[in-house]
Amino acid sequence: MTFLGMPLLRSKHTDVNDLPGGQGNIVEDESFATVSHKHLSNQQLRNNIGHATSTIRDKRSGVVAELDDWEELREAGSRAKNQVMANLPEYLEEFEANFTAAGGIIHWARDADEANAIVTELVEANAPVLETGRREVIKVKSMATQEIGLNEHLETQGIDAFETDLAELIVQLGDDKPSHILVPAIHRNRDEIRQIFMDKMPDAGELTNDPAVLAEAARRHLREKFLTTKVAVSGANFGIADTGTLGVVESEGNGRMCLTLPETLITVMGIEKLLPSFSDLEVFLQLLPRSSTGERMNPYTSFWTGKTPGDGPQNVHLVILDNGRTRALADEHGRTALNCIRCSACMNVCPVYERTGGHAYGSTYPGPIGAILSPLLTGVETEENGSLPYASSLCGACYDVCPVKINIPEILVHLRNEDVEANHSPVSSQLDTALTGASWMMGDGKRMAAAEKGLPLAHAVSGGKSMNSLPGIAGAWTSSRDIPGLPEKSFRQLWAEDEDRDEDRDENGEDET
Amino acid sequence: MKIALFATCIVDGMYPEVAQATVTILRRLGHEVTFPSGQACCGQMHINSGKFEQAEPVINNHVRAFTSTEWDVAVAPSASCVASLGHQQPMVARRMGNEALATAAADVAGRTYELSQLLTDVLGVTDAAADLGSYFPHSVTYHPSCHGMRLLRLGDRQSDLIRSVEDIEFIELPLADACCGFGGTFSVKNPEVSSAMLADKARTIQATGAEVCTGGDASCLLHIGGGLSRFQRTGRFEGTPDVTAVHVKETSATDIGGDHTEHLTAVVGADDDDHLTAGEHGTSPAEPSQMQSGLRVGASTVHLARILASTKEDPLRVQSEGATVSGGSLR
Ligand code: SF4
Repeated sequence: MTFLGMPLLRSKHTDVNDLPGGQGNIVEDESFATVSHKHLSNQQLRNNIGHATSTIRDKRSGVVAELDDWEELREAGSRAKNQVMANLPEYLEEFEANFTAAGGIIHWARDADEANAIVTELVEANAPVLETGRREVIKVKSMATQEIGLNEHLETQGIDAFETDLAELIVQLGDDKPSHILVPAIHRNRDEIRQIFMDKMPDAGELTNDPAVLAEAARRHLREKFLTTKVAVSGANFGIADTGTLGVVESEGNGRMCLTLPETLITVMGIEKLLPSFSDLEVFLQLLPRSSTGERMNPYTSFWTGKTPGDGPQNVHLVILDNGRTRALADEHGRTALNCIRCSACMNVCPVYERTGGHAYGSTYPGPIGAILSPLLTGVETEENGSLPYASSLCGACYDVCPVKINIPEILVHLRNEDVEANHSPVSSQLDTALTGASWMMGDGKRMAAAEKGLPLAHAVSGGKSMNSLPGIAGAWTSSRDIPGLPEKSFRQLWAEDEDRDEDRDENGEDET
Repeated sequence: MKIALFATCIVDGMYPEVAQATVTILRRLGHEVTFPSGQACCGQMHINSGKFEQAEPVINNHVRAFTSTEWDVAVAPSASCVASLGHQQPMVARRMGNEALATAAADVAGRTYELSQLLTDVLGVTDAAADLGSYFPHSVTYHPSCHGMRLLRLGDRQSDLIRSVEDIEFIELPLADACCGFGGTFSVKNPEVSSAMLADKARTIQATGAEVCTGGDASCLLHIGGGLSRFQRTGRFEGTPDVTAVHVKETSATDIGGDHTEHLTAVVGADDDDHLTAGEHGTSPAEPSQMQSGLRVGASTVHLARILASTKEDPLRVQSEGATVSGGSLR
């Protein structure tokens, strides 16, 4: 058993920047503008993502429209999560007491390294060394273990982790990274999948690209693992404080097998996954499936409370992970990002994600939520995470669909402000200078009026023609767009001239007809 | 009623004719219009760039300008700027520790309306032809801007007004609720992604065949017009890889009465059959886009205030009638 103590928790006196940031797969190593460049030209990616997101968008809005209390549900979801965040230490302790009383064992991990070390130790103690000289574990799709890079770490420790979710399996066999949190292989098509299976599944034989054939091959490949592997690793969608219950929501049933068949179950869960009470599930089990897959109910929902004698795993562990969450919680303008239930609705409606795909965000968390969560967990100074909050036109589609009402656009703007204060990127200096000038000018209508006096001259010089190629920062605009020619006079000038005329007329005693 | 006009910086400096049209409409309804002279900008450009400190004097200027004159309600021909007054100004003022400014800004914002909001909710205009004499015998498509849709919840206010203009032919824009990609400094911070969004918006607009694309925000129209103009000049999309997943198809449906109606439907991404074909990591579109196959000159953007101001006596002219189009904007 490894007890590493409670994670650092929010205190009124700590500056968020004094708190440790998270580590692992939550870091963008090149700026978003740079990375997105190569993804934008990928026709396959654009087709697959466009097709998948537009289909799921329609499904989602269809099932959401069925409920006349959807807005109340969102409000209730948001309130429950806010309550958890405001009282997190108490809820964590309550959860720990209940989970432990039911025979489960809890481990606290401050960051990715600690969590990986704890899981490794547990696997070594419980999974036998096979003939190959290595150990094996089976896995249920989990964001938290991807965030900490668990599979990669285990591999270096002589442990092979097998993903059992179909899409995760495709990603894993293809030596790839997930590009969507719900549909991790969204960027692959059937032919690619067929090829990956034929290359990487020893007994698969000759396959066609028929989805049923591919699913059957995966099923055969996995069934064997479910029945023989001693240790499973999972994530959790919910941790229920008042009962000490963990819950996983899934579609394929692979999760149910992982959670029930092995002898040892190790779950990795972020500190923010708690809900106050079992009755809150009434709200969340409506919000989550409708938002994520556009289903009224997901096919498999599994709950376990510690261990149950004679039923399921008898050696039950939970690693509770901080990895920057305390840092995010300390940010009063960003903390609601922790309310996220990973439904992926925000990425399905995001026009930026739709065109760049998930890999452009450099993190386990792509799309709008990734653009705020990654920098909140690590701080904007970490590598290029400061570029993520700019990866949005602030169209607001994400906020509209978020089942827990996270105001993503407002947090994006907040993080831009953090970035402005922390990083002074030379690339944007020209824009910065222009904005500084504009602030001075627009801080006083008189200066603005004075500046507009230049319009007749500018109009004359440019001949009132449209501007199609400008240097410097304006060139980023004219790379794809023309600009209309300047008007001869601003509205302010025209208005003043009209008023003068009116006054003249009044003075001359003319009547206004 | 005494109505204060907030022209917004972009209309004031780039599109004075939009502010003039707004004044014309309001006077036609018998209201007195004032123009608080100290006004400049709502501050959104700075706020969205994360420059809260530089936004404060801009907010302060706006509040000073609009509290130093008497008026009943204020109006702006821009949903985005009106949204910024209410959703952003108080927040930023508070972040800067300026509680008094936050309160004053919220008060001004509470009495400031977007044009279609003012016309519909306050002034009770339901039929532009009857109430305003609006007349525009042209085909028009309409882009509802994001902030009008999602921050002000304008719903059908703008499109209902446009549809009620005499002799207008209103053509639904496929994927109308998709962002045009402007996003203020987003367009220069992530120019390629922005241009990719713009290219798809331009594709759908072109597919409607409408003479003009209208909307309620000059900034989005500046952006869209700029893209249309560039495409018409050069015959291709620039500034981003020429890749799209948006395809507009014409579909027809027969209703219960036996009438055939033509619709434009956008298909995004590969449909299932396309999914079966091997993936190609190329840079060329799977099929020629509407725009590539049917290059058509003439589409431009124009603010809805000018369509509403257009009458039989003083009609707004389009390009085919000799009007100037500059950078894709109808002058
Ligand atoms: S931010 Fe909201 S919409 Fe996005 S994944 Fe999280 S819960 Fe879903």
